[in-house]
Amino acid sequence: MMFIRRIATTAALLVIVTSCEREDRRLNSQQPAAPTQMVPEVRLQPGPTLISDTTEGPYDDNAYGTTEGQVLFEQMNCSGCHANGGGGMGPPLMDDEWVYGSKPDQIFASIAEGRPNGMPTWKYRLNNQQIWQLVAYVRSLSGLTPKGARPSREDHMMVKPAPAQTPNAKPKNSGLPGSAQRP
Amino acid sequence: MHSFFDPASPQARAVAGLWWWMFGVGFVIWLGVAALAVYVANAGHGQRESDDLMHVPPETRRRIERIVSASVFATVLVLAVFLVYDFSVGRLLAQHPQRALTIDVVGHQWWWEVQYEDPNPSKRVGTANEIHVPVGETVQFKLRAADVIHSFWAPNMNGKRDLIPGYVSTLWFKADTAGVYRGQCAEFCGLQHAQMAFYIVAEPPVKFAAWLAAGSAPPEPPTDSTLLYGQRVFMSSGCAVCHAIGGTEAKATVGPDLTHFKGRSSIAAGSLANTRANLTRWIQNPSAIKPGVRMPALPFKPAELNALVSYLETLK
Repeated sequence: MMFIRRIATTAALLVIVTSCEREDRRLNSQQPAAPTQMVPEVRLQPGPTLISDTTEGPYDDNAYGTTEGQVLFEQMNCSGCHANGGGGMGPPLMDDEWVYGSKPDQIFASIAEGRPNGMPTWKYRLNNQQIWQLVAYVRSLSGLTPKGARPSREDHMMVKPAPAQTPNAKPKNSGLPGSAQRP
Repeated sequence: MHSFFDPASPQARAVAGLWWWMFGVGFVIWLGVAALAVYVANAGHGQRESDDLMHVPPETRRRIERIVSASVFATVLVLAVFLVYDFSVGRLLAQHPQRALTIDVVGHQWWWEVQYEDPNPSKRVGTANEIHVPVGETVQFKLRAADVIHSFWAPNMNGKRDLIPGYVSTLWFKADTAGVYRGQCAEFCGLQHAQMAFYIVAEPPVKFAAWLAAGSAPPEPPTDSTLLYGQRVFMSSGCAVCHAIGGTEAKATVGPDLTHFKGRSSIAAGSLANTRANLTRWIQNPSAIKPGVRMPALPFKPAELNALVSYLETLK
């Protein structure tokens, strides 16, 4: 009995600790810096497509930052090309294919620097904090961020389960190359 | 001025009248009850035998019954009178003319977007956090919310009305006393709910018409080199991504319309007086003044910031 109670207390404390981090709004703290090495482009690589996901962006585990990213995604008209993550003129963001990499700093670079064929440069328009918030939201769409911090509802019509219900992305490091996986 | 006791429209006057009557009658009843309580506390306790509740003499019993039924009747009467009065005030507030000046108000976290409707799109006037209305004319508000539930409340003009996402609610009033009246979001809407104020500027119809006509005209384009530089900073940095300035390429609708920014009395929905020093402080770090605000701090160099503020100060 004592043992069970101890486990329950520890679990409750853990929940409190993690939920603090999740809801922390970081209003007065310093802005997170841009990645030290802005990756200009991801080189062609042999073998299968990789989602090598060991790193985390500064807002990946933060529900407030992720939803602020969601608001920005709509306000900055990302949906104009990426259509709520489903893709249109621009590539979809809710699948597991990443033309320029799925790591937070790679996505940061894609937003900040822009990409060929239409992705504009945002680094003169948004500050680092806003771009990191967008990074967290974009990664939450395909289940790359911790599940507890992902938005539990969409602001637009929900055509698929909300990011919080999206299964965690599995690292793809075996199998056929990405191009060969297409039917 | 932000007080419901100082009505400036027939609508607010009717509500204030109802309030004063309720207060007065309630106060008289309270005085009567308090006096009775004091009287009873000080009165003698009577004979010992009459304390026996099982043996109340018939004439005393009849007196008690008469007193109780009279008080119940008086209570019901007072409530019924107030029910009728309240209903008639509600009817009065619900009356509105077929055609009225229509103003679209959209509540955002944490500011008010204001648009004056006009069949001619080039005559539509957009502003924020400051609503000019003509004295003596009924004004209709179409209220919408962009994100969460807000509530539009100008106590000197009319009661509260909630703004609900995906739904248009309406409110109307006729200002009859010129003046500047403060309004406030009255439904908790997030961190800066308290700093989500607006101003109703009630002015004579002639003055209002002149203001409206000037409102649809773009501001003078800058000629001075500093101001031109400031305008370039505005257009090429993050400012133009969210704000609009009439007559320029900045047409975004995420943040407040800045076409006639300097014509307004406050910055950031009533947070700061609209002075040059406050504007500089605000642009440097909005979060220091309104923590959680959606406007980001952008890394301007001092020369850029100075030129930008000089340019914004010309948007009369």
